Amino acid sequence: MKNFEYAGADTVERATMLCAENGTKAIAGGTNLIDLMKLQVETPARLVDLNSIDDRRIEEEEGGLRIGALASNTAVAVDQRIRSDYPVLAKAILAGATQQLRNKASVGGNLGQRTRCFYFTNIDQPCNKRDPGSGCGALTGVARIHAILGASRHCIATYPGDMAVAMAALDAQVELSGLANKSRMVAVRDFHRCPGYTPELDNILEPGELVVAVHLPAPVGGTQLYRKVRERSSYAFALCSVAAIVDVKRGKIARADLAFGSIAPKPWVDQRLTQLLVGEKPNMALFEKAADILVDGARGVGDNDYKIPLVRRTLIATLCEATEI
Amino acid sequence: MTAHMKHDQPDERNVLDHMAQGIIGKSLDRPEGLLKVSGTATYAAEYVIDGCLEGVIVTSTCARGKVTSIDKQSVMSMPGVVDVINEPRMIARPAQGTANEAPEHKVGEIHYWGQPVALVVAETIEQARDAAKNLVIEYAPALAEFNPEDVVPEPQPDGTNEGDLNQAMEGADQCVDLTFTTEGHASAAMEPHAAIAQWDGKMLTVHASLQMLNYNIAELADALKLKQSQIRLISRYVGGGFGSKLGISEEVVAASVAAMVLDRPVRVVMSRQQVFQTIMRRSETRQRVRLSAKADGTFTGIGHEAVVSNLPGEEFAEPVTQSTDFLYAGDNRIMQIAVARIHRMTAGSVRAPGEAVGMPALEAAIDELAEKLGIDPIELRLRNLPDKHPVEGTPYSSRKLAECLTQGAKSFGWKKGKRTPRSRREGEWWIGTGVASAARVHNVGEAKARVTLRDDGTALVETDMTDIGTGTYAILGQIAGEMLGLNPDAVDVQLGDTKHPRGPGSGGSWGAASIGSAVFLACEAIRKELAGRAKVKAEKLTLKDGQIGTGKFSLPLTELIGGKSISVIGHYEPGAVEKNFVASGYGAFFAEVAVNHWTGETRVRRMTGAFGFGRVLNAKTARSQCIGGMVWCIGSALTEALHFDPNDGHLVNCDLAEYHVPVHRDIPDLDVIMVEERDPVASLIQAKGIGELGMCGGAGAIANAIYNACGARMHAFPMTPDKVLSAMPD
Repeated sequence: MKNFEYAGADTVERATMLCAENGTKAIAGGTNLIDLMKLQVETPARLVDLNSIDDRRIEEEEGGLRIGALASNTAVAVDQRIRSDYPVLAKAILAGATQQLRNKASVGGNLGQRTRCFYFTNIDQPCNKRDPGSGCGALTGVARIHAILGASRHCIATYPGDMAVAMAALDAQVELSGLANKSRMVAVRDFHRCPGYTPELDNILEPGELVVAVHLPAPVGGTQLYRKVRERSSYAFALCSVAAIVDVKRGKIARADLAFGSIAPKPWVDQRLTQLLVGEKPNMALFEKAADILVDGARGVGDNDYKIPLVRRTLIATLCEATEI
Repeated sequence: MTAHMKHDQPDERNVLDHMAQGIIGKSLDRPEGLLKVSGTATYAAEYVIDGCLEGVIVTSTCARGKVTSIDKQSVMSMPGVVDVINEPRMIARPAQGTANEAPEHKVGEIHYWGQPVALVVAETIEQARDAAKNLVIEYAPALAEFNPEDVVPEPQPDGTNEGDLNQAMEGADQCVDLTFTTEGHASAAMEPHAAIAQWDGKMLTVHASLQMLNYNIAELADALKLKQSQIRLISRYVGGGFGSKLGISEEVVAASVAAMVLDRPVRVVMSRQQVFQTIMRRSETRQRVRLSAKADGTFTGIGHEAVVSNLPGEEFAEPVTQSTDFLYAGDNRIMQIAVARIHRMTAGSVRAPGEAVGMPALEAAIDELAEKLGIDPIELRLRNLPDKHPVEGTPYSSRKLAECLTQGAKSFGWKKGKRTPRSRREGEWWIGTGVASAARVHNVGEAKARVTLRDDGTALVETDMTDIGTGTYAILGQIAGEMLGLNPDAVDVQLGDTKHPRGPGSGGSWGAASIGSAVFLACEAIRKELAGRAKVKAEKLTLKDGQIGTGKFSLPLTELIGGKSISVIGHYEPGAVEKNFVASGYGAFFAEVAVNHWTGETRVRRMTGAFGFGRVLNAKTARSQCIGGMVWCIGSALTEALHFDPNDGHLVNCDLAEYHVPVHRDIPDLDVIMVEERDPVASLIQAKGIGELGMCGGAGAIANAIYNACGARMHAFPMTPDKVLSAMPD
């Protein structure tokens, strides 16, 4: 671990100002950052501790809920309003990590969680995300956990989290605050980015910009599921996951909001699935067609080829469960 | 005084059964349990020592070649850095279990990715870690083979070839010829490898996390060119070993060398990644299993041939066929192991070397044969239990395999009859059951322990034997307490310190039987001495609750001791019974699994293990060993696999988040049945090894259950969702 300066910030304004400086990283729960610092994957010269900022509340706001960025994953998952109105989010969070990690991990930090790619976390290996221009070790290496959609020839790493996948299905908005109190709202679906030529950029945050809150839209009801496929039943990142909000009215699908985890560099949303499903009578042929659309264009590098049939089947299973066919 | 016995004759006296205290075999807590669960047991790295420096091992970033330069100046000016050490006394590989000498390979010659090349020593761990990452090292890399499939394996000399298996296969009513693969495994002990060394100019004291101090002291002395009398090794608690701490590993020697060079105490703790990359792995295996049978199920032939791997220069070869050798009948037999020389880290003993991967393959093959024959798989096994070693003709010392199969089946609720896959479904889940036999060879080692009956009426047991989480403290207290008529809390057991007499070390499941026999011998001699003092025959003596009875009178033990404590070293030596008998633990596994139709995820819903392993010394710690073994079965069946990069041979999944051992949620209630048995050959206390048996075959029961559930017949462990899906019929 490298020596680093430690600074506290008790206001967002002060934090963004400090974070705008080169080599500075914000820390909240630290469940991801500290591990990466020990491995020297992250080598910040300064850490700005956000924990004194008083924004860990979950509040009702017009039509929805506002979750302060410092709310713990546990606090969100056990909140009665979230459990009853946004169950997909509670389920996704509880599917991730362990109780101890969820107690510590913050909502903002979880959005910024970095990939689990084996080549990213080993500083003796090439990785364009960690060390731009050094190459991608995973492309010809061990790639069981890697992306089948949205990747580029420079990076095939996935976004590994669960919470953001549910937020993407809910079409939640991320509130950002930048220098000089400049605020903006970005859809969770647009927060993470595909690597293209610049895999070092996981998301659209500008220098100094911080996640301040996540806004959930008004409750949409429906059947909300989060299905996570994994080798062991806890403390394992998903091989693939599906967040689904599906409503059937008068025998027809009235809502089908879907997002997928661990198959792409970001929570993966394909609007074509919603367009196909809504208005139709739920049936197996329809679901198979949706699954075909999802993986149309999906590509593995060998080790991760299995994810294509796996996510296909997982989607079908989720739609069957949600529509009870 | 020494009480010595060489085990040349079976001991059928069952002396412990005739003692009065009534604590042997009882389900007693470990005396050190509270310390462990409250975090107050001091492990190797946790001793607080003034002025202790911190060393961090620097490992190679190529798999083969030479270190051409180490630029010490690149880090010497960094804050806190004291030295960079890469001298020839350091070792580049861990010693194999029972090596009794230092590994000869040196840190300048690279043979695997992650091999130690230097030690950076600094005032704090953070400084040392940072400097270690910054140390500039140049290599002259050489080409290396990483993949065992790419090299021609060397057959081992000691195979079996009896009769004509090919002919037996051709003439069989039914046969199977299957190729299984298993992936590399890590011990993944919770406590990382760690050592603190102190040198006072004459004497080296090392706190380390080691399983076999009796060998480790010789290995360390050899590495450092010191006399054993100049070394004291201390390992009071070991946070899991599973084979990975059998021999001294690199951190013990590195800390010792640094302490001697710098004249200050030095601590070296391996990072989790280093433990995975540098310490022993279990070899991956490719196994061909052939079975031929008559229509009534009688085996006419068994073939078990395995390719395993290791580094050049290593003698260890995963003994995959070890129990296949004697378990089932069949006149025509081939057992052969071949070693592929590749440049992955050292392959060595990981819990139950051999049977852990060999038994699941054999037992899965038997399931396929049973299906072809249309015979219940339990019945098929029962029809093929030989009455003596199928080749050598030696008798079995004791064998409860049939009882384990039948009692286990009853408890599990095994349904005899035709077994059709996909006959039970609950929602999305296919449910199925499977069975497998368990076998693990029994071993013993030479062992010494000093037992002192003190004048206050309490006893002290001293040996350098270790407790690696298995319950050694508890069982030695029970053996001594039973023999001397004391409650276990009146017996002070001191372990894990080479100032005590040499034990056998913990490994190969031989610890309890061997050191227990030594303690037994010492206690027998003490009883004799007490009988002499009481002027009665030893057989007339009744010792219970600190009272001594002779049939004529009874008095407190302290009165008879009368200020003259009795101290005896028990010395147990394995003898002729080893070659005159086949000694092994046996058992049976039953598993019920659920396999998800859509995702191929497999969860074990319940599991029963029935085991016969001689006398049970402590029902609680014995059961815990069985449960631990069964948990390993679940891991090796479903998740555990070391993944190596095909381009440079480095281990990619080198932490507990990415190397998937089972978590609590993967483990259902495990039912353990211990079949009562006394084995006069296994040890003087009629106990056999327990620690490994619980994982010798259970992965096969799970594989068989997956097939029974969903119809996916797989021959590649671990059976991860991707493999299940591709093998599952539509």
